[in-house]
Amino acid sequence: MRFALSDDQVMLQDSLNRALADLAPLERVRRFADGGEQTAPDIWKGLADLGLPGLLVPEEHGGLGLGMLEAALAAEALGRHVAPTPFLSTAVLAPLALAAGSDAQRREWLPKLAAGAVLAGAAISEPIAGARDGAGVTAGGGRLSGKALFALDVAGADLLVVADRGGALHLARGAAETAAMPSIDNTRRLSELVFRDTPAEPLANGQALERLRDAAWIVLAADTLGAAQAMLDRAVDYAKERKQFGRTIGSFQAVKHLCAEMAAELEPARALVWYAAYAFDHAPEEASLMAAHAKAHLSEIGRFVARTATEVHGGIGMTDLLGLHYWFKRIGQNRQLLGGPERVREAAARMQGLAA
Amino acid sequence: MDLTLTPELAAFRDEVRSFLNAHKGEYEGGAPKDPKAWQKLLIANGYAARTIPKEYGGYGAEPNILKSRIIAEEFIAAGAPPGMAGQGISMLVPTLLEVGSEEQKRQWIPPTLAGDIIWCQGYSEPGAGSDLANLQTRAVEDGDDFVINGSKIWTSTAAQAQMMFCLVRTEPDKPKHEGISYLLFPMSTPGIEVRPLKTMTGQAEFNEVFFTDVRVPKASVVGGRGRGWFVANATLKHERGMLGDPNATEARLKSLIELMKSETVDGQRIIDNPILRDRLMQLQARVLSMKFNGLRTMTDQTAGLARLVVKLQGCELNHQVAALAIDALGELGILYQDGPHLRAQGRWQWNYMFDLGLIIGGGTAQIQKNIISERGLNMPREPKVVEA
Repeated sequence: MRFALSDDQVMLQDSLNRALADLAPLERVRRFADGGEQTAPDIWKGLADLGLPGLLVPEEHGGLGLGMLEAALAAEALGRHVAPTPFLSTAVLAPLALAAGSDAQRREWLPKLAAGAVLAGAAISEPIAGARDGAGVTAGGGRLSGKALFALDVAGADLLVVADRGGALHLARGAAETAAMPSIDNTRRLSELVFRDTPAEPLANGQALERLRDAAWIVLAADTLGAAQAMLDRAVDYAKERKQFGRTIGSFQAVKHLCAEMAAELEPARALVWYAAYAFDHAPEEASLMAAHAKAHLSEIGRFVARTATEVHGGIGMTDLLGLHYWFKRIGQNRQLLGGPERVREAAARMQGLAA
Repeated sequence: MDLTLTPELAAFRDEVRSFLNAHKGEYEGGAPKDPKAWQKLLIANGYAARTIPKEYGGYGAEPNILKSRIIAEEFIAAGAPPGMAGQGISMLVPTLLEVGSEEQKRQWIPPTLAGDIIWCQGYSEPGAGSDLANLQTRAVEDGDDFVINGSKIWTSTAAQAQMMFCLVRTEPDKPKHEGISYLLFPMSTPGIEVRPLKTMTGQAEFNEVFFTDVRVPKASVVGGRGRGWFVANATLKHERGMLGDPNATEARLKSLIELMKSETVDGQRIIDNPILRDRLMQLQARVLSMKFNGLRTMTDQTAGLARLVVKLQGCELNHQVAALAIDALGELGILYQDGPHLRAQGRWQWNYMFDLGLIIGGGTAQIQKNIISERGLNMPREPKVVEA
């Protein structure tokens, strides 16, 4: 028994962090966020060279055949660099959806996804987080109709994973209409999709939405873990440099205790994210509960770290120039996406028979 | 990450289970019928004093953190009382093993493990709490003895203890960390007075201990004269590991869930109140985090920071679990001591009060935050005040 990353897992995360430092430095993220780019193919291409799109794709289909823990480590690295990528839809949700599909669907899509040759988007919000503003997709006769909000990674996507109102999954090649949903976090784009008798193929396994939801919750939690760790690191570095009253502010207990509190919250949360990812592949009876707890808990810890790390920076933390706000907003968006913590905790209670 | 048990560990788990099953007549309600006989049985089978060498009365196994965990888990699952704890076994024995003389080990460890000697710890003083190294209890050399004058506070079990391990100032002219010695002496020594210290729980979990010309042989120093601070730090390390134990928190959360499922208000189960249920789920995520953090600290070489946060987070979490239980009980939550409506013998109320003391004791939350920021995050120390 060993509750620790393997050497390979540590190496994977190190190499992703190194690659992202080159591919997605703050000025590149800023250009994407503020310049209205819809995709950042240079970043995805660089990550595809490391095999990231095929992380969860079985080796027989040209992927790396790794597990959810590796996906969580990748998500943590992406969050740490607030990188604009379609990782969640293309590398996690689409391969998992296809695992519930037919052999023909897998043979058609998985090799291309793994090679980084196609991108996938996902519209699964309504059956997980609830329908707003009359949204909801209905399916019948191989066609989809209705509206889906908060669709992920739609720009440039060749393939859409769509969940209908009842939670059944479909593959579509596009929507009738796509409109941007500008959000607080400009490092990832959200879309509103309209389907009008749009052709789509159903996926065989009706239970697959739960797996997709659990995976998405883990990935969002891990993204927040990485983003919050980056904010804590920057707050500590800043507190060691910044001088007031003739000494570095990091020597004031009022400031260093804020940093200690962030670390004390974040470090045990890391173990929760690791375990949730491990359980996804190895402890099916606990997988959904752990994913829910990881999502909800990291949402809370993330909010605390985001505001506290900003506060340690003082006024400069609020400025666009420093750019800390990209992490702040990414954490904020992860919190609400696919269910805010209260809704997710209610799901966690239901999974244990503690709520109706 | 590999959380499966090897065949050897799985077999060990079965062994512990069948032991507990075979001896289940020897304990009742989580307590042994004959504590000393139970302790002896546990040591003989390697379920207490497991890694302490045989010549000092232990079982003499190689340290194996996973086997120790399996033992703890199986004892909790069976509701069986674990081996004796207390400050002698948990803190003095590891310290003697690290820095004691051969004679001290042979003299003190076996009777301590057997439960024949109860110890108390003389560390904190009225003027030396967080700044423990500022302690002022003096031990002045006189022939072959030290003569001790001063007082200690927050001394648990002083009224029952036969022996004390104690920090005293033997070298008043040296810098404060270098003038301290670690002494062992009987509580029956003339000149020692114990006064119970009643806390907000209504009980005296602590005592004050006063020393007036207490004569102790110089040979009772552990780890060398003037080395007491370093000896004590070895002990404090063991104490912090004991506080904030995630297994205990998990067990307590389980009872809280049972409480919320079984108690009703106006015929409605408390668990069906969405606000209290949400608070329960928030705490469950925290308990799970600390549980996995605990697993990680046992087996991950890179988990330094994870280790440093256990005392701070674990003690706070215990207090929050007790606080939710009080709130879930509503008006019943204010009952205490005795009465037909009191739940769980007032254990939640007692925990809610006593656990605040654990947030403060064993290094306050603020001292923990200094440790986390300085050792974990490499942040600078608060500049020292230059004394006039």
